[in-house]
Amino acid sequence: MSSSGRSNHKLWNQKLMLPYILRRILIMIPTLLGVSIIVFFMLHVTPGDPAELLLGERATDEALLQLREHLGLNEPLYIQYGMFLKRLLKGDLGETIWTRQKVWIEVKQRFPATIELSIAALIISCVFGIFFGIVSATKQYSILDYLSMIGALVGVSMPIFWLGLVLMLIFSLHLGWLPMSGRLSIGIELETITNIYSLDALLTGNWAAFKDAVWHLVLPAFTLSTIPMAIVARMTRSSMLEVLKQDYIKTARAKGLSRFAVTMKHAFRNALIPVVTTIGLQFGVLMGGAILTETIFAWPGVGKWMYDAVMQRDYMVIQGGTLFIAAMFVTINLVVDVLYAVINPRISVR
Amino acid sequence: MMVTMKKTSNAEDRHPFWDQADQLRKNKTAMAGLIIILVFVVCAILAPVLSPHNPIEASLYDQLKPPVWYEAGTSKNLLGTDDLGRDILSRILYGARVSLLVAVVSVGIAFFTGSLLGAISGYFKGFIDNIIMRIMDIILAFPHILLAIVMVAYLGPSLKNAMIAIGVIYIPRFARIVRGSVMEECEKDYVAAARAIGAKDMRIIFNAIFPNCLGPLIVQTTLGFASAILDAAALSFLGLGAQPPTPEWGAMIAMGRSLILRAWWVMTIPGLAILFAVLGFNLFGDGLRDALDPRMRD
Amino acid sequence: MMKKSGICLIALIFLFTGAAFAGSPQKGGTLVFGRGGDSVGLDPAYETDGNSFMVCDNVYEALVAYADESTNLEPGLAESWKISDDGKKYTFHLRKGVKFHDGTPFNADAVVFSIGRMMKERNVKFLDPKMKIPPQERPPEYWVSMEMDDTIGSIEAVDEYTVVFNLKRVEAPFLANMGMDFADIISPTAFLENPKEFLRNPVGTGPFKFVKWVKDDRIILEKNKNYWDKSGGPYLDKVVFRCIPENSVRFLELKTGNIHICQFPNAADIPMAKKDPNLKLISQPGMNIGYLSFNHTKPLWEDVHLRRAIAYAIDRKAIVDNIYQGMGQVAKNPIPPTMWGYNDDIEDYPHDPELAKKELKKAGYPDGKGLPEITLWSMPVPRPYNPEGLKVGVAMISDLSKIGVKARIVSYDWGTYLKRQREQPEDMDLFQLGWTGDNGDPDNFLAVLFDGLASPSVRTQWKNEKYHDLMLKGKQTVDQAKRAQIYKQALKLIHDEVAVISVAHSTVIWPALNNVANFKLHPTASVRMKNVWLE
Repeated sequence: MSSSGRSNHKLWNQKLMLPYILRRILIMIPTLLGVSIIVFFMLHVTPGDPAELLLGERATDEALLQLREHLGLNEPLYIQYGMFLKRLLKGDLGETIWTRQKVWIEVKQRFPATIELSIAALIISCVFGIFFGIVSATKQYSILDYLSMIGALVGVSMPIFWLGLVLMLIFSLHLGWLPMSGRLSIGIELETITNIYSLDALLTGNWAAFKDAVWHLVLPAFTLSTIPMAIVARMTRSSMLEVLKQDYIKTARAKGLSRFAVTMKHAFRNALIPVVTTIGLQFGVLMGGAILTETIFAWPGVGKWMYDAVMQRDYMVIQGGTLFIAAMFVTINLVVDVLYAVINPRISVR
Repeated sequence: MMVTMKKTSNAEDRHPFWDQADQLRKNKTAMAGLIIILVFVVCAILAPVLSPHNPIEASLYDQLKPPVWYEAGTSKNLLGTDDLGRDILSRILYGARVSLLVAVVSVGIAFFTGSLLGAISGYFKGFIDNIIMRIMDIILAFPHILLAIVMVAYLGPSLKNAMIAIGVIYIPRFARIVRGSVMEECEKDYVAAARAIGAKDMRIIFNAIFPNCLGPLIVQTTLGFASAILDAAALSFLGLGAQPPTPEWGAMIAMGRSLILRAWWVMTIPGLAILFAVLGFNLFGDGLRDALDPRMRD
Repeated sequence: MMKKSGICLIALIFLFTGAAFAGSPQKGGTLVFGRGGDSVGLDPAYETDGNSFMVCDNVYEALVAYADESTNLEPGLAESWKISDDGKKYTFHLRKGVKFHDGTPFNADAVVFSIGRMMKERNVKFLDPKMKIPPQERPPEYWVSMEMDDTIGSIEAVDEYTVVFNLKRVEAPFLANMGMDFADIISPTAFLENPKEFLRNPVGTGPFKFVKWVKDDRIILEKNKNYWDKSGGPYLDKVVFRCIPENSVRFLELKTGNIHICQFPNAADIPMAKKDPNLKLISQPGMNIGYLSFNHTKPLWEDVHLRRAIAYAIDRKAIVDNIYQGMGQVAKNPIPPTMWGYNDDIEDYPHDPELAKKELKKAGYPDGKGLPEITLWSMPVPRPYNPEGLKVGVAMISDLSKIGVKARIVSYDWGTYLKRQREQPEDMDLFQLGWTGDNGDPDNFLAVLFDGLASPSVRTQWKNEKYHDLMLKGKQTVDQAKRAQIYKQALKLIHDEVAVISVAHSTVIWPALNNVANFKLHPTASVRMKNVWLE
């Protein structure tokens, strides 16, 4: 998924790091522009436009004409795109077509919800993924190994939109343990600071709200975590197996260190490097999965927002939102690559 | 990702293919995957023979019959009916056709376009390479399902367009494999020699270089089948892929969603079908990787 | 069995005692209304969707009001009105002593301001010479699509409590239009303070005041203690509009008692609501029509026999029974039965495949031979008049295949669907669409939907000279009884010519907790909390 595979070994030299980062950032700009141009033109030549949707069944030619005029949709496309860029340079993402609100304000409202969900999912996938990975590697070819690796394969083969619905069916409908959707129960009041509800609840010491927010997180976060969890588990296993074969592990064992100590202290630490990279790359998977998960669990984050915007042809939201998501995406990939370079001890030895 | 198949030196003068085939046969997971795939393919081909009912014809007064193991269930509809009274088993069987078609067509698009772009990119290098790779970056700079949604919104929701969209977003996977391999092979003497005797560029690529990256490409294709089935189901679930009354598994889940309180089977059964089909390709792809792609082996 | 009937008995007793209590309103409490989507904005002039209007319904009022469960006109912010003999001058006498939620007094200038801001050319006269209307942020969609600029010539404030509307033409439905949401009266002071943010800080004269809006989550309103009408509500302290997108989830929230009323449940869940002793069903036949029409621009559909064959072939009763789940009634006219002008003498086309085959033969396609595969456009989204367009489409093509007509479903996303449908493309044969009435006037259905000669915007593009004349006559006649006769003739014409297949009028059924009292569904789908209380 990322460009880490193409990384040049020379760059690990600390002095070369800064220019490397700068170059990557420079490459980012045409990439982002490319994304926004493609998305912009594709959606604008698509037949349904926001005027049509706003007016619905009762649209008349006159009303459509006036509304399009107002939204600037009668201008040639390159001028519309130019206007968008001009605003962008001023740091302005414009105003949404439907809610007539600053796009930036909407991003600020929705992004924390996605962050909360993704981080929760990432934590779940790391904890379980690494655990099963280590267990599998240390007990290679045992029943446990087979089971967890088959589990991991089932995990990557899972249609998560379906899994979400099935979990909802079991845990909310039949057992009644967990709420079906949304971020907070109806009676719960919460003062928002960051809009990450569980964090806000902690900051304001609101335990009832914290419990409620976490309770609402469980199902969507678990649903979203399945694929990354499986990937992390497999990566941990193969990385651990490779390290366990190394001589120094054998030496450590020979020295009489306990098996557990060797596994955790020596092997795991070294095996962690590719795992960390893998984890970083899961952000992309999470962002994509968030669209489906948020739609199913009515989680008001950017994924659902973007999907609705495509359906409603809210060009302003799509333009601003895609750029924002792509920027996040590319930045995370960059950070992962840099981190990889920084933490990789084998390379610094060379 | 730039893995190439190493020619393993053999004591016996045997083509490495046989070694790999042996390897594969011994791999239990791969064989399990193969069996699932075969079942899936047989269902797809024999759907008209195996299906007890017409998968499309609505029969409104037969709606929401539960599966046979329920008291109200009948052997007429083994897996029950949906809210238009259509037999779920028949729709699942025909759905295998749709999913197989999606997998083959979309991965086919990605395979050919990606390989071609990758080969051009790796062979000519420089400016062309740069342009192509930037375009690949653009495709990768975005959660791929979101890009597929935008593309389908542009092309119009239909199964055909969903296949195209998925095909396009999978291009970089193949392009990168071929590009890496081509670049590596181009350094070698025999390519220079071929060039010197005036062989055409394209011929060099196809005759000399292409066979060398076939291993990773096959692995990627198999795994691509798996994810294409998943992505197509997701698009159909969102109403952007197969349109009714096409019996498509993702669309069946979407239709069953509003019945979650009343008829769980309408939504649950198609999901299991997706899971098994995708699992089959993933198991087999994994086994293939172990066999064909020694560097990726544990 | 005994046990069951015992429970039923208890439920019945509850029902009766509930009915007995219904006479005495109780004050206080918070009502939570669960709905499928958030409001887009709360400035009535610029909104187009039901979720926005339902909040506006409680915050604002218009000059005239609709009765509780019909579109009969009642005095609203205007105490009385007078129509000149030529039907072109409307004089409204306004209610005295009414104040907006921000304390601004309600007067003639507020009316001129609220309505006048939607005019393209502001032919308005204020009493206060300093009053000015800022430029429009965007075209007022309802105003434009109802062609109000062609109707209203000028608006004048004559004195503090008198406003005169001078019309450009006789327009029988004008008074009814003034009761629609877009004609709500807003506080000019609040609007002028920050025109860009008014849609998020609405101020009107209605029974409830706006408090807070948490995007995609809830809108909170509180009781307007100074409401002018002391004869009834508001009784509730607070009303909360909660947004719960998934229908099943919303219904479950109702079952657990977290919300009081559940808007648009899944049709499939209605039987569960019926069984639940804690719930009651509030229903109201909607003022709507879901129809299947032909691409009248295509020569193929010029043949009335072919159109009639389709009408006979489709089993609309099965569709209403099983897809609408009984939440609707089979339609024989494209206007709802409760509307004046409804023609009850019409004999509906029965579901009869044999008759259909005969008509098909008359059209020159015996058993469908020679007829190319036709397309049936089906709506991808639920609409108030048709909950499941795609499923209805699947059922219809099954019916058609039984008479030998091969049909294929075509669907686009909603925006594309609307746009391409207007273009009447070659690849569209049959299409589903529908309409929800705005003001209870038959003109709002019959002219808007079927008079293709009036405007290319008319969705069906059915062009019939006789029908067109009837529509014009209907608009220019003021006497309602005479108009009713005209519309009955028009409906007969539609039936005979099979201009459209009227599929169903959907009934709105919303389950609510038993303690919700006096909640009445309005045919226009507006949601009014004024006279509701909790027991």
